[in-house]
Amino acid sequence: MTRKTIATVWLDGCSGCHMSFLDIDHRLLDIADMIELVYSPLVDRKDFPESVDITLIEGSVSNQADLDKIRHIRAHTRTLISLGDCAVTGNVPALRNTIGAEPVLQRAYMEPDMLNPQIPTIGVPPLLPVVRAVHTVVRVDVFIPGCPPSADTIFNALSDLLNDRQPSVAGKTRFGA
Amino acid sequence: MSRVATLKINGQDVSGREDETILEVARENGIPIPTLCQIEGLSNVGACRLCLVEVTGISKLLPACTTRVAEGMEVRTESDRLTHYRRMAVEMLFAEGNHICSVCVSNGHCELQGMAVALGIDHIHLPYLAPRRGVDASHERFTFDANRCILCTRCVRVCDEIEGAHTWDVMGRGVGSVVITDLNERWGDSPTCTSCGKCVQTCPTGALFIKGSAVGEMTKRNTFLTYIAQMRGNLK
Amino acid sequence: MNPEELHSLAEERREALDQFQHRVVVCTGTACQAAQSQKIIEALDGVVKERGINGRCAVSAGGCRGLCSAGPMVAVEPTDVLYQGVTPDDAASIIDSLESEPVKALTCDTSAPFFTRQKRVVLEYEGRLNPESIDDYIAAGGFSTFVRVLTEMTSSDVIEQIRQSGLGGRGGAGYSTALKWSTVAKALGTAKYVICNGDEGDPGAFMDRSVMEDYPFKVLEGMMIAAFAVGAQEGFVYVRAEYPLAVKRLKQAIRQAEKYSLLGNNICGTSFSLKLDVRLGAGAFVCGEETALIASIEGKRGSPRPRPPYPAESGLWGCPTLINNVETYANVVPILREGAEWFAGIGTERSKGTKVFALSGAIVNTGLIEVPMGITLREIIYDIGGGIPDGKRFKAVQTGGPSGGCIPEQYLDMPVDYQSLAQVGSIMGSGGMIVMDESSCMVDVAKFFMEFCMTESCGKCIPCRVGTAQMYRLLDKISQGRARLQDLEVLEELCDMVKHTSLCGLGQAAPNPILSTLRYFREEYLAHIVDHVCPAGVCKIAHEEIAL
Ligand SMILES: Cc1cc2nc3c(=O)[nH]c(=O)nc-3n(C[C@H](O)[C@H](O)[C@H](O)COP(=O)(O)O)c2cc1C
Ligand code: SF4
Ligand code: SF4
Ligand code: FES
Repeated sequence: MTRKTIATVWLDGCSGCHMSFLDIDHRLLDIADMIELVYSPLVDRKDFPESVDITLIEGSVSNQADLDKIRHIRAHTRTLISLGDCAVTGNVPALRNTIGAEPVLQRAYMEPDMLNPQIPTIGVPPLLPVVRAVHTVVRVDVFIPGCPPSADTIFNALSDLLNDRQPSVAGKTRFGA
Repeated sequence: MSRVATLKINGQDVSGREDETILEVARENGIPIPTLCQIEGLSNVGACRLCLVEVTGISKLLPACTTRVAEGMEVRTESDRLTHYRRMAVEMLFAEGNHICSVCVSNGHCELQGMAVALGIDHIHLPYLAPRRGVDASHERFTFDANRCILCTRCVRVCDEIEGAHTWDVMGRGVGSVVITDLNERWGDSPTCTSCGKCVQTCPTGALFIKGSAVGEMTKRNTFLTYIAQMRGNLK
Repeated sequence: MNPEELHSLAEERREALDQFQHRVVVCTGTACQAAQSQKIIEALDGVVKERGINGRCAVSAGGCRGLCSAGPMVAVEPTDVLYQGVTPDDAASIIDSLESEPVKALTCDTSAPFFTRQKRVVLEYEGRLNPESIDDYIAAGGFSTFVRVLTEMTSSDVIEQIRQSGLGGRGGAGYSTALKWSTVAKALGTAKYVICNGDEGDPGAFMDRSVMEDYPFKVLEGMMIAAFAVGAQEGFVYVRAEYPLAVKRLKQAIRQAEKYSLLGNNICGTSFSLKLDVRLGAGAFVCGEETALIASIEGKRGSPRPRPPYPAESGLWGCPTLINNVETYANVVPILREGAEWFAGIGTERSKGTKVFALSGAIVNTGLIEVPMGITLREIIYDIGGGIPDGKRFKAVQTGGPSGGCIPEQYLDMPVDYQSLAQVGSIMGSGGMIVMDESSCMVDVAKFFMEFCMTESCGKCIPCRVGTAQMYRLLDKISQGRARLQDLEVLEELCDMVKHTSLCGLGQAAPNPILSTLRYFREEYLAHIVDHVCPAGVCKIAHEEIAL
């Protein structure tokens, strides 16, 4: 049996969804033979592989780098999963959508710094004017809302996919769960 | 005295008084119909459109909460089309306000959130509006967070119809509509508010909450409305 | 006032008018007033006095002649000469030519199709009456129908006449007027109300405004007959506050009618009593919807409620209430005076009578017209309207305002009636008719109407409140060339949902401008989305990389 390649990606989120993923614990061992984790903050690989079977996205699309990344990833992924509320709805990062990016930068970098106020530009990607849920920029195949979704929910969805079933999380998780 | 009518809901024979609504008769018979703006004990406004049902011979969809039953009526409360419209209406609410469930006092106890689960909504495919809305924390015991308000007007009705204070009302039009206290004054300065908290307990979301509640801590107790409704029913 | 008194008053007034060899009537409708027609009256008065002919020549205010774009209009009676584009400086030449040939340079050709192709029922008298004088109205036969109805007919006689005439409501839907009247007449309850809907909120519409300004007495008389027919004792004319002239004239007309005891207790010595009053709307489109209008009169926030119960059963303060449009009421007097058969002879099989339209947009003659139902769009636009100016090509005609649709060239020979318009995805509506030429972008047109619906939605129900805002955003995105094909799918999904689930007619009809433009001009939407161009060159396309 060929293993399914899996990637996990961390955009604008708190890493809670990745923690919940790890909370699958020993059951990860149960599916270890079926998967190959090819790209993730948890493994040491710099470039996104040519072709991945299942990619789990944590976090919203908040800056230019997120946007470039997600477009590239979409093009090289078979099944794309929005994992967690930030990816699914924008969640906490999207709180700034009501006021725009500029006031946030002002508050973070200018106001508190009495001596040398400046907004960093070198080596950091510019913020997008609006924080986006992943599906508003690329096509998404599976949504797993939750903040974070429970380990059980993630495990069940993964198992379904590994067994070529369309995962159904309806009634098992919710926004904010 | 109202006459009694027999009708069919989802093919099931049921009976009801002609002054009863489709919703009332459906519930008496254990047939669920989703609702948001409706709450037992207050007047019905037919605003959320979640309870729309199909009635044979009528081309328009009818709100179950305001439509009275009639002899021979054939009602269907479930269809792919109805589910699709109900999902869209709930998605619209999520897209209209700023509903960040993960940091909300009502997380886990919210009727909007619950409705999304019940209807199998796992993401919002309609455009988010991300409006800029305020929070009024001027009242000593309660807070109003307009970002979470779904304009069901339950607070307006309970304050007017049960408490008799009519502190709340609606201002503005379209997506600019907002519930206000008195003539858009600070809630804390309201000379009409009796601080009874009925609005807070009736609000389906975390828009109205008791100060000091942390995430997920705000549960609502609106059984007083059920009690009032029952007492009224006994008087009929 | 009894019938004899009315009769002799009319005689008296006619004699008084006949004393004048010449009458110069200046239009004082809103458009002509804005063009200084008051100054023209003063100038004419001055010249008449100067020449010492004030015994022979009367100068008076009159109503709209329809051709507003050519105003200010001045008419000379009894020779029936019509002048256009008059200024106060023309006063002397007009007066001095009374006995000789009319002033050539100012003469408006009343044998032009604009005038001859129209059929005046609602706009009869063609603005010749002074709208501020009950005596003028009575001299022209006014109120004699009401008095006859009151003294010689029963409620059911009146309703039967209306039924035979086939009159349908002019507020938009064409609902049978007789059926509505008989429902209210049959409804149980001692207190009943009549309401005249003069809210007219559609952008570009000014039919009802003109009728109220020019024929306030005729509207009132129609209401009085209706009140008698349904058994109402009190009524309201609901007018938007943006129509100050209509408000003033209606109030004045009510006062004058009260003075002649045509309103009040035991009118004409019968047991019928009626009190009428004017109520102002604050200019919300939704307050034209009947249940919202009623809430507004009751002093509540103007938002609709689900029907049933219909106002006919439970309306103003919970009482049976008849609510009709201004133009509907204005048809009542001619019907009862000339007979139902006469009226039923005008129009088509299923749409009887005439319809007043406010013709505007890319058309030579803009203004107010009244045409028989069944006339074709081509006749209206090319014969009466004089065609498209500047040699441009016709593209579409919009009827029904924000609740209506755009009709393309292939249907120009279609008869204008309720059924045909509905068939091609538009509606008759209250009578706005906007002509568009090739320089209009249909996405932009849809966006304009959606912005209107979005800002005018009352906010009560979810589909209309949120859906209109979302549709507007998507249209805006499309017009900027930033949309994807999925956005078009979502737009169509929204149209379907908002149409079928909204509480009132505003939301239910809000998608119509999109649906009709998509039906006939889909390629224009695709041009914006796929090719990032606006074929008409109207929309500003965002050329930078899709800004998220
Ligand atoms: C949003 C909305 C706006 C309306 N505006 C008007 C209006 O301005 N004038 C009018 O006569 N009817 C208007 N109507 C229709 C009225 O609700 C009502 O049907 C009409 O006044 C009945 O009169 P009729 O039977 O004489 O047509 C509107 C309806 C809706 C849904
Ligand atoms: S504050 Fe709560 S009860 Fe009041 S309208 Fe908003 S959601 Fe409804
Ligand atoms: S359709 Fe629009 S205008 Fe009508 S009730 Fe709903 S929100 Fe109000
Ligand atoms: S519950 Fe009936 S419309 Fe909201």
